[in-house]
Amino acid sequence: MDPHARTYTTVSKVVGPIIVVDDVRGVAYGEVVEITMPSGRKRLGQVLETESTRAVVQVFGGTRDLDTDRTSVRFTGEIMTIALSPDILGRVFNGIAEPIDGGEEVIPEEIRDIYGSPINPTSREPPHDPIQTGISVIDGLNTLVRGQKLPIFSGAGLPHNQLAAQIARQSKVTGQEESFAVIFAAMGITYEESSFFIRDFTDTGALERAVLFLNLADDPAIERIITPRLALTTAEYLAFEKGMHVLVIMTDMTNYCEALREIAAAREEVPGRRGYPGYMYTDLASIYERAGRITGKPGSITQIPILSMPDDDITHPVPDLTGYITEGQIVLSRDLHRRGIYPPVDILPCLSRLMQGGIGEGLTREDHADVKNQVYSAYALGIRLRGLVAVMGNEGLSSLENEYIRFADLFEDRFIRQDHNEERTIAETLDRAWELLAVLPQEELKRIDPAFIKKYSRTAKETPDA
Amino acid sequence: MYAQGIITRVIGPVVEASGMGGSTMYESVRVGDEALIGEIIILQGDIATIQVYEETSGITPGQPVQRTGQQLSVELGPGLLGTIYDGIQRPLTVIRGFSGDMITRGSTAPALDHNRRWAFTPLVSPGDTVNPGDRLGSVTESTSVTHYILVPPEGDGRILTIADTKDYTIEEVIATIQTDRGIIKVSMVRRWPVREPRPIQRRRDPKEPLITGQRIIDTLFPLVKGGTAAIPGPFGSGKTVVQQQLAKWVNADIIVYIGCGERGNEMADVLDEFPQLHDPRTGQPLINRMVLIANTSNMPVAAREASIYTGITIAEYYRDMGYDVAVMADSTSRWAEAMREISGRLEEMPGEEGYPAYLSSRLAEFYERAGLAEPLGKHEKLGSVSIIGAVSPPGGDFSEPVTQNTLRIVKVFWALDAELAYQRHFPAIDWLMSYSLYSHTVDSWWEEQIGEGWSRKKQEMMEILQKENEIQEIIRLVGPETLPEEDKLALIEAEIIRESYLMQFAFHPVDTFCSPKKQSLMLSAIFAFFTWAREAVAAGVSASEIRSSPIFPLLSRMGPVPAEEEEDLFSALFAAVKEPCIPVRGN
Repeated sequence: MDPHARTYTTVSKVVGPIIVVDDVRGVAYGEVVEITMPSGRKRLGQVLETESTRAVVQVFGGTRDLDTDRTSVRFTGEIMTIALSPDILGRVFNGIAEPIDGGEEVIPEEIRDIYGSPINPTSREPPHDPIQTGISVIDGLNTLVRGQKLPIFSGAGLPHNQLAAQIARQSKVTGQEESFAVIFAAMGITYEESSFFIRDFTDTGALERAVLFLNLADDPAIERIITPRLALTTAEYLAFEKGMHVLVIMTDMTNYCEALREIAAAREEVPGRRGYPGYMYTDLASIYERAGRITGKPGSITQIPILSMPDDDITHPVPDLTGYITEGQIVLSRDLHRRGIYPPVDILPCLSRLMQGGIGEGLTREDHADVKNQVYSAYALGIRLRGLVAVMGNEGLSSLENEYIRFADLFEDRFIRQDHNEERTIAETLDRAWELLAVLPQEELKRIDPAFIKKYSRTAKETPDA
Repeated sequence: MYAQGIITRVIGPVVEASGMGGSTMYESVRVGDEALIGEIIILQGDIATIQVYEETSGITPGQPVQRTGQQLSVELGPGLLGTIYDGIQRPLTVIRGFSGDMITRGSTAPALDHNRRWAFTPLVSPGDTVNPGDRLGSVTESTSVTHYILVPPEGDGRILTIADTKDYTIEEVIATIQTDRGIIKVSMVRRWPVREPRPIQRRRDPKEPLITGQRIIDTLFPLVKGGTAAIPGPFGSGKTVVQQQLAKWVNADIIVYIGCGERGNEMADVLDEFPQLHDPRTGQPLINRMVLIANTSNMPVAAREASIYTGITIAEYYRDMGYDVAVMADSTSRWAEAMREISGRLEEMPGEEGYPAYLSSRLAEFYERAGLAEPLGKHEKLGSVSIIGAVSPPGGDFSEPVTQNTLRIVKVFWALDAELAYQRHFPAIDWLMSYSLYSHTVDSWWEEQIGEGWSRKKQEMMEILQKENEIQEIIRLVGPETLPEEDKLALIEAEIIRESYLMQFAFHPVDTFCSPKKQSLMLSAIFAFFTWAREAVAAGVSASEIRSSPIFPLLSRMGPVPAEEEEDLFSALFAAVKEPCIPVRGN
């Protein structure tokens, strides 16, 4: 029995996921609380606010069945932790790290605070190793690098899960065989969605090097507050203690933010935009910033958070704040999806901020940056002209302008479009881009170094038409 | 020893303590058993509300609060340059040495190295009368910067002793001064409260441009030494790249880069890249004239609030030595959000969008610490602090409070546009929305230093861009077919301005920096081409023939052309436009 533990039965108020306990002494901020309900069932909680004689506690697992007479509250004197060991690989847990795969509790090699500590900026190693996901729109135009956090901005009904699973399945750093792990944190997703991931991980044998934390749609919403932190603490352990390259997929961050808002509302806090709390930026940063590399350590944490934009609105607080913290974003488009293009990635608002340092000679290929810039500007122009065609028809445009439209069409069909199981190397992706750029007159390739045009456009000449 | 208080309440980064009678607003305190650094932000009777600069998990009511009697302040002296600090001036490299790769709570270390010895050269002699701000001596702080030790504000009097040319630590007394109030001892280190502007003699109106090497900025929307600029834009529009470009190439003597609530990997990139970059003017590593403040978004929010003040105080310190200092604050929105977060914890009455009512006055106070100044003391050189603040408006909506309150104060507005960024037009500064109130102030400098006709070309350039916008409107209505050739040519001219001049590749080894001389040369070449093209169109050449002219691709090579080929390219350009253009089919 922990000497710091104290038990009280002085619950004075229950509002949503929050309880207030009176007549307490020496309760620490952030302390873990164990609540025993009249029925004998137990719940976990955490101190949100503490005063000399009063504590405000958020209850994980919901407050149904709680009362103000018989409920007992035990303050454990500890902060929230997770038990870790290498055996954690291959395991499936619920959203508060209880095993749900029928296996035993993890015998800890180490116990860690789930809130972690910020990485000292001077200890960070700038990420440089490109990850080949085998997906052209990502590798060619928005290269993912180890240690990056690159979210997928999606919408209801779009195939973000397929894309995330494909990334998890195909990701590799070319020419290197290193230990690799996937951590999957589900927050409020449906049973079907989670079973899709489990099946995909099982079929491809990825499960044995994966750890799953599943908070499903019918699990208590409040637990979503800690699910990503459990996942990231596990990731930090595997990456910086065990030297593994960890890919963390977190879905759906919008559900996480809803849970955050629920607590804020129950505490009657001053709401910020759309009712989300004013500290949501800081809170999200404490999750996303746990990606990275550390100088002198072999491992890395790469994050792919997935979030659904309510009403496909990229200015909604959840995608907006996320975009300000993460190093770019992959944005899915309903329009492309309707036209049957997979992955339906709208490249124009997409960005990988760390791409610049991860591509080029010695990393991917010398022409990568120029090709990317050229493809972007040509496609952007093609899309703009497409809008004009809608107004005045193809006849109103010059032949050059029509070539740009043709480029945009071909680009969507032959570059963006890709099969669920199709894996392209980065060189294949870039060659494909050259083939498509051949649709345009060579003088139009203003963003590419003439030396590269001489060297690489040769391949294009052989297959100018589809 | 000051009285101790007792913690009565903990809510996130805010702590309340009783028994704090006698303490002052903004006094620095040590909170709890782990002595976390905090600052008093509300006093009510003997109860103090304290914002804590570290994570407060585990802090319990009943634990002590220790007063220090001092305001939250920074340590100023040789050794600041090249160092990387967190928001409350803890040296992160030193902290890493003993606390490891993760920042653990309660880690503190002095901001400056108190053991290092610096070669001091006296500049006064015993018996000299001195006033605050006078130079007592100098230290070569880095290969690019001479650090002057100044007479402190309370130090008007007569020099009693002054140290010889020798090596000293920053704590050793290097001078004693007889003042009316007694003898004061001066060492090379000073403390200064961050929320209090350092005194100057008087402000001057700024007029010299701060050259950034970024064409769209220097030419169209210039900043001056001592000026203020805001750079708002949605995420992905390239705010940070522009900020970093400015930090690299701006012609200030000292750069203070404040990473306020931004990404850790970006700071890592700065730390990795800047030591390898060399100042184009002096050839010295850039890091030798920089102070970096990194309070990333996951570091404590109260320290983020303080980081802006820490940065500006260090900037003022170098200004007082007669240097031009540029402060990059990335991002002021995160700073405002830190204020909002703390205000929310205090349950203050919120203003617009939950921001505290004092948001606009805090922003104004911060930007007003910029300026061109006559420092205290009798040296002639003026000092300046220029502030470039990034703003991150939610959803890219410029009508939000932080952007709007900032625009009421700053004189230069570089509006970043997501559409331009999507087209990979960088820097994605929207030329129609942006403005600079210094635009005319710096004309005379350009005309005198660089070349005549500058302001006229600049003006005409804006007109062409405006015209393009109007013509685009017409095209949207009636299509491009009906346009007269002159208008089609105007579109081509605008395209040249946009793609060959305003667009600039930050990651290109040559194009990353464009000297004023080259900017002027490029403008001359572009306008020579325009004259040539206009004459040709008047003589019956079609606009599409102009576009396929062999001169056209030469223009887009001007920016990235290597220095050794520059002369050939420009002579080829000027030679080409001497020949009149003949209609191809003789129509």
